[in-house]
Amino acid sequence: MNELLVRYAEVTGMDVINHLSQLAVPLKGMKVVHVNSTREGGGVAEILRKLVPMMDALGLDVKWEVLKGNPLFYQCTKGFHNAIQGFQTDLSEAMLEAYETVSAENAERLRSVLEEADFVFIHDPQPAPFLSFCPNRRGKWVWRCHIDCSRPYRPVWKYLRKWIHSYDASIFSLAQFAQFLPHHQYLIAPSIDPLSEKNIDLPEEEIKGVFERFGLKPDLPLILQVSRFDRFKDPLGVIEAFRQSRKMVPLQLVLAGGGATDDPEGGKVLDEVREAAEDEEDVHVLLLPPDAHRTINALQRASDIVLQKSIKEGFGLTVTEAMWKGKPVIGGDTGGIRLQVVDHFTGFRVRSPEGAALRIRYLLHSLDKLEEMGTRAKRLVLENFLLTRHLREYLALMIGVLHGLEDRIDMTR
Amino acid sequence: MAEQADNKSPFTQPFNIKDCALVAMATGYKAQNLREFKEGLLRVHESSIYHHFWGRFLEPQFDEPEYNNDFASWVYRRLNEKALAEKLSVIDPTDYEDIDAIRHDLVECIEDVLYENEFVPWTRADEQFHFVRSQIVVLDTGRYMEIPSDLSSAVPEMTIGSIFYHFIDARRRTEDGSDDFSAWLTGWGDIYNDLRLKLMAVDPFFSSLKELRFQVTHVLDEYFSGGNS
Repeated sequence: MNELLVRYAEVTGMDVINHLSQLAVPLKGMKVVHVNSTREGGGVAEILRKLVPMMDALGLDVKWEVLKGNPLFYQCTKGFHNAIQGFQTDLSEAMLEAYETVSAENAERLRSVLEEADFVFIHDPQPAPFLSFCPNRRGKWVWRCHIDCSRPYRPVWKYLRKWIHSYDASIFSLAQFAQFLPHHQYLIAPSIDPLSEKNIDLPEEEIKGVFERFGLKPDLPLILQVSRFDRFKDPLGVIEAFRQSRKMVPLQLVLAGGGATDDPEGGKVLDEVREAAEDEEDVHVLLLPPDAHRTINALQRASDIVLQKSIKEGFGLTVTEAMWKGKPVIGGDTGGIRLQVVDHFTGFRVRSPEGAALRIRYLLHSLDKLEEMGTRAKRLVLENFLLTRHLREYLALMIGVLHGLEDRIDMTR
Repeated sequence: MAEQADNKSPFTQPFNIKDCALVAMATGYKAQNLREFKEGLLRVHESSIYHHFWGRFLEPQFDEPEYNNDFASWVYRRLNEKALAEKLSVIDPTDYEDIDAIRHDLVECIEDVLYENEFVPWTRADEQFHFVRSQIVVLDTGRYMEIPSDLSSAVPEMTIGSIFYHFIDARRRTEDGSDDFSAWLTGWGDIYNDLRLKLMAVDPFFSSLKELRFQVTHVLDEYFSGGNS
């Protein structure tokens, strides 16, 4: 058996890998292409970094292509991102023109690969128009939306829909994100990779090392939020929750995040966060490079409670990561956080900085509860949110798309 | 008894172990209040009713569900209609001949509440019920069990997909609404009646598939290590 599959079997159990191998049999040798906007930074790139080799290990012929944009293109696609999450966003003609021109150029560059593929997975809005520029495509094209699409800003969604409606299927992370489209809409939650640098077990000294490295106090409880510096992640709300809970319990806060090459707004939000944290003792704002996976892993393992106080959230892979490390999560009551944070069981869902502060205080007061929730959180991830489950659903979807709308596809006949 | 069991019954075929995977799909139907919920139940494809009773086993779920189907859970958690949730939760899909009969009884329960109430229970816009359906892909593992005692070594090795297919999905396929293992044992005459009854007594509704595999394995271990073979 392929070495990569053996390594996953050590985490998930051999039965899970056998299951994947069974599912992959009818798809062996098929040409699959994934396209997204960046190889570094953000959840999509992290998923693809392992999903692609795993598909390959199961006998599929897989490629991962990344589009090449320019600043105006990324400004436009950041606008799409905000608009899909419900914010009123006005996009200029010049931005849309840049979007379409860059899409046409990239589709031309990748044309032979895309048109020859049996399956093309287009991730998020950035490469969505590629399908329209590949009239001689022979395979099935699937648009994968990783963003909270529950209430998109209508004018922008109408514009994007014209690129998306011709796909053979689309994938949303949750049922409430699905939109009216003239094709099948599959529901697949994302996942984390237990073998990645961000999630593997670390030696104790490496975990403890973050205290000295970032000037943290080993004797103070550590509260952590890991996310891009993005308004939807509400970093200012996290600082407010810290201020309120510190009135009652001593603690320290780390806000750790990196930039992504497709996020031009990150710098502005980071400045606002730094300003808010300036006069706060024990608040540490860390801007980490995109490859600081091991550092993030150590910070998550070193923390007592992890926050993800998002106002909008596609899925919240940082929640999954924290839970995998046995940490209870206090998360915003939104999007995919609801699927992971089972209120009072694996953490708490909150709607305000006050709510977050209350739950921080409760968990630091009830350390047995903190541990119990952490244990449950890890089990929930093991059974539901690892890459192997994600891959299983992709393979089932591929077989499903090949068979149309049948409820029951019996490959044993 | 052991001697009889080891001789293959002429009426019994080897048990072909299958596997399956489920992928969920949006239906576009959703409900924010009890009336919309009833309308949704009347309109959705039967695979959606199936999904919310059975398919949810292959979806992310916490392992201590309060109710045995998604409909009852939503009615309790979002509409705060505990009595209705309790009524919906006693609907056992294996008691029904087809999905439309289940749909009928679900709607009847809801109509009773709508008739009795002066207002329509409702929830927030972001806590709506989303009707989901699923596609199931059934696969042949190429593995077989020749005799019933093979169950005790085969079941612990089965994937959760196989457990779902043979122990849960089977209830929709077999004539008496039983699991595939029990149905197969019936073919061996009365020899395995005790085991069959024990397997049929395992309640699949309140466990994750991993837990279910553990419970079935436990029943098989007890039976076969207790001098039965």
